[in-house]
Amino acid sequence: MTSSNPLTPKDEPPEGSANRSSASPASGAAPAEPPPGSGPVEPPPGSAPAEPPPGSAPAEPASGLASQPPLPGRFTIALKEILSGSWLLSILSILLALLIGAILIAASNVEVQKAAGYFFARPSDLFAAIWDVVSRSYAALFQGAVFNFGADTPVRAILPITQTLTASTPLIFAGLGLAVGFRAGLFNIGAQGQIILGSIFAAWAGFALHLPPGLHLLLALFGAVLGGALWGFIPGILKAKTGANEVIVTIMLNWVAVYGLGYLLTLDAFQRPGYNNPQTPAIDPNAQLPLILGPNYKTHLGFVLALVAAGGVWWLMEKSTLGLKFRAIGMNPDAARTAGINTDRCYVWVMMIAGGLAGLAGSAQIQGTERVLTSGIAGSFGFDAITVALLGRSRPLGTVLAGLLFGGLRAGSYAMQSVTNSVDVVLVLQSVIVLFIAAPPLVRAIFRTPDPEAVRRLKVTARAARQAQLKEVGR
Amino acid sequence: MTQTGSGLLQPAPADQFGPVIPGPPIVRRPLALKVPVAFAGLTLLAVVAFVFGSDAGLTTRFSLASETDFFQLPDFAVPTRPAATVLAIIMAGLTLLAFQSAAQRHKLGLWLPSVFGLAWILSFMVWVIAGKTSTWTIPALLAASLSLSIPLVFGAMTGLVCERVGVINVAIEGELLAGAFLGAVAASAAGSAYVGLIAAPLAGMLVGALLAVFAVRYWVDHIIVGVVLNVLVTGLTSYLFSTVLKSNAGLNRATQLPKLPIPILGDIPVIGPVLFRQSLLVYLMYALVVGLQVMLFRSRWGLRMRACGEHPEAADTVGIQVNRTRIRNTILGGAIAGLGGAFFTIEMGLAFNKEMSAGKGFIALAAMILGRWNPKGAVAAALLFGFAGELAQMMGTMNTPIPSNILLMIPYLLTILAVAGLVGRVRAPAAEGTFYRS
Repeated sequence: MTSSNPLTPKDEPPEGSANRSSASPASGAAPAEPPPGSGPVEPPPGSAPAEPPPGSAPAEPASGLASQPPLPGRFTIALKEILSGSWLLSILSILLALLIGAILIAASNVEVQKAAGYFFARPSDLFAAIWDVVSRSYAALFQGAVFNFGADTPVRAILPITQTLTASTPLIFAGLGLAVGFRAGLFNIGAQGQIILGSIFAAWAGFALHLPPGLHLLLALFGAVLGGALWGFIPGILKAKTGANEVIVTIMLNWVAVYGLGYLLTLDAFQRPGYNNPQTPAIDPNAQLPLILGPNYKTHLGFVLALVAAGGVWWLMEKSTLGLKFRAIGMNPDAARTAGINTDRCYVWVMMIAGGLAGLAGSAQIQGTERVLTSGIAGSFGFDAITVALLGRSRPLGTVLAGLLFGGLRAGSYAMQSVTNSVDVVLVLQSVIVLFIAAPPLVRAIFRTPDPEAVRRLKVTARAARQAQLKEVGR
Repeated sequence: MTQTGSGLLQPAPADQFGPVIPGPPIVRRPLALKVPVAFAGLTLLAVVAFVFGSDAGLTTRFSLASETDFFQLPDFAVPTRPAATVLAIIMAGLTLLAFQSAAQRHKLGLWLPSVFGLAWILSFMVWVIAGKTSTWTIPALLAASLSLSIPLVFGAMTGLVCERVGVINVAIEGELLAGAFLGAVAASAAGSAYVGLIAAPLAGMLVGALLAVFAVRYWVDHIIVGVVLNVLVTGLTSYLFSTVLKSNAGLNRATQLPKLPIPILGDIPVIGPVLFRQSLLVYLMYALVVGLQVMLFRSRWGLRMRACGEHPEAADTVGIQVNRTRIRNTILGGAIAGLGGAFFTIEMGLAFNKEMSAGKGFIALAAMILGRWNPKGAVAAALLFGFAGELAQMMGTMNTPIPSNILLMIPYLLTILAVAGLVGRVRAPAAEGTFYRS
């Protein structure tokens, strides 16, 4: 099977711009409604690619200025560039998600439902109730994730941010691994299984061996990398040797890991003496990641390691030969092969690196926070990490920031639970953010922000016109 | 792959009575030894584990009766080791046949692997329940297997419809969950399970529509949308479960679809109660599978759909609206999975609970792949997986030598082997996961 399907990551424009490049000079007017279902992308085909309609675009953003000359000024173009940038897109997506979350929170709230019952008698009650529950929810989310204003001691007050750091550690590790894969064009859904394998190896090294400090920690970390890399190696080698689609193989391996872990936990060697529920003995203190902010907080060395790993991934992808090969394969595997890159070997390497990083996420769980191996050790980190890598656009810095955001959402969700009765609204936020991020035309259509491709063309034509003008003046 | 050495054979050596005429080389197909070798390995395993691994003197008791049978069949008990030996001999014979047909370059038909598989599973069962007295009867085992495979069959059909039209659907899990949720809520609110059966596909359609819009209209990578939709549906249903459903208990009651036994067919011993004393959902499943098998390959709808999945440019050239076809069929697929989701709540007679689809959508995906994007094959794979799951449950309660976790892995391992080309060869629709600009 040809797996050269366009599993293009979010880093290059293809989906964003190639997609509607031609339609959106009309600047968001066309795709204003998302679900017209059957009437797909009819408008683009003919006219647009030929000429960049400079006249229509500048009139659009209601900025008012520069409508007299046929071409907009530099300031307008700069403004448009900012408006079409991917950072703004991310922020707008997050805002949209918060809005949708607010609707969900309000709609499911009992007080709001009550007030809606007599809406026509006193509409203000409804709005007050909505405002009350939504603001309290998001305030709780913030206080649970960043800073607790209501705390009586400063130690307590900054507790939330440290919890965010702790929760984001595995997300960053696994997200980095997935990001490497995405940029090499490999869609690795297997972070969950790789985290499980990493945590199994780290846990075993942690409780079965007894070594001096330092060495034990390193060995357990190494075990985690090894476990994850092993689980990444399988889809890598299968893709290289047989062309097996890595998406399917990694999905299946996730479940194999789940049941494998379940099996291991039934063995006596993996049972903590004196406990009824299946869990392994606690790992040695020597194998634990030290707490970096003192004993009051759970933030452990893993967070620093995650930042180091992000730097390492940046170096790997941007500065090393191997990274260049990975990126080349991600852009066009056939061209890369033609250029003499051994794509098969690279597939294996990519998957092993991705797996190793995900394995470190498992070690952060075992050696950092949980200390014992249970069947729920990986939580949903593996799947959340996919959204982290997507939101971070497969870049190390972006992944770290996205990991912090989602770690914060996770940490804050528990505080939010007191208002909304559920932690799960965070899952909705997360998925909606990523859906919007993945569909730039949709967000542009909602906010009427310009299309980057159109802006780029506008810039080119504007520069050309200016140069022509200069020449005219010079003559 | 291409072993020309064994494939090209010169004609027979020249006889003494004439000049050697170098005729054209006879091209023979390479030996396909994968299946016979696998058979040999499995037979060996059966001999080692099931024949010599069982204690001599044990008996295995199969109980065939179900309490409402028209004819009451007696239990039958067989001595374990001789029974396993007989089955092993049958398997060895089948292995030899497989080698022979490979040597003659005949294609291995359907019956040989099926009979082999049946014999292997039987000998496995003989070994596993040897000496155990349990309440499990064969009809109960089969019925439970069928029941477990209901969501798998529906999910696999969804995957099939979507992928045949060119849209990769990883969101089957979410569609099942959405169907389970809305099915339960609608059934509870209306007080009738049949209302739930109508509502469940609507929920699946909604998820399918989101998938279609993002994947076809906005060109978001199909797998990304699928993964994210799973998270979205999980979050949404879990959230609503812990808020709205918790505060209004009336919206989440356990309602069950009634069983509708078919008069004569339902009285056939063993298979009657298994197949024909079921609820409307199961009969719908039969109709769906048969309908899809026919429609996919013999109707205009099926042809157009497959064209969009295999070669959208060609489809467009002959006037098929590729994106519209894709969107419609993706939504249709969502409806199928939503209906399948009704299994978890109104077929099982349970109230909705968080994440109750428990990864079944992914096994359904596996079944579709193992069934080679074909309704027949997908149903066979789904039934196999359902059987493995039921066996795992049964063995969990019976304290048998095989850990149930290992057994639960089987569907996934088989799928990995299949996509790696080790078990048969699978080929996805050529244009799946691509975008089309008309």
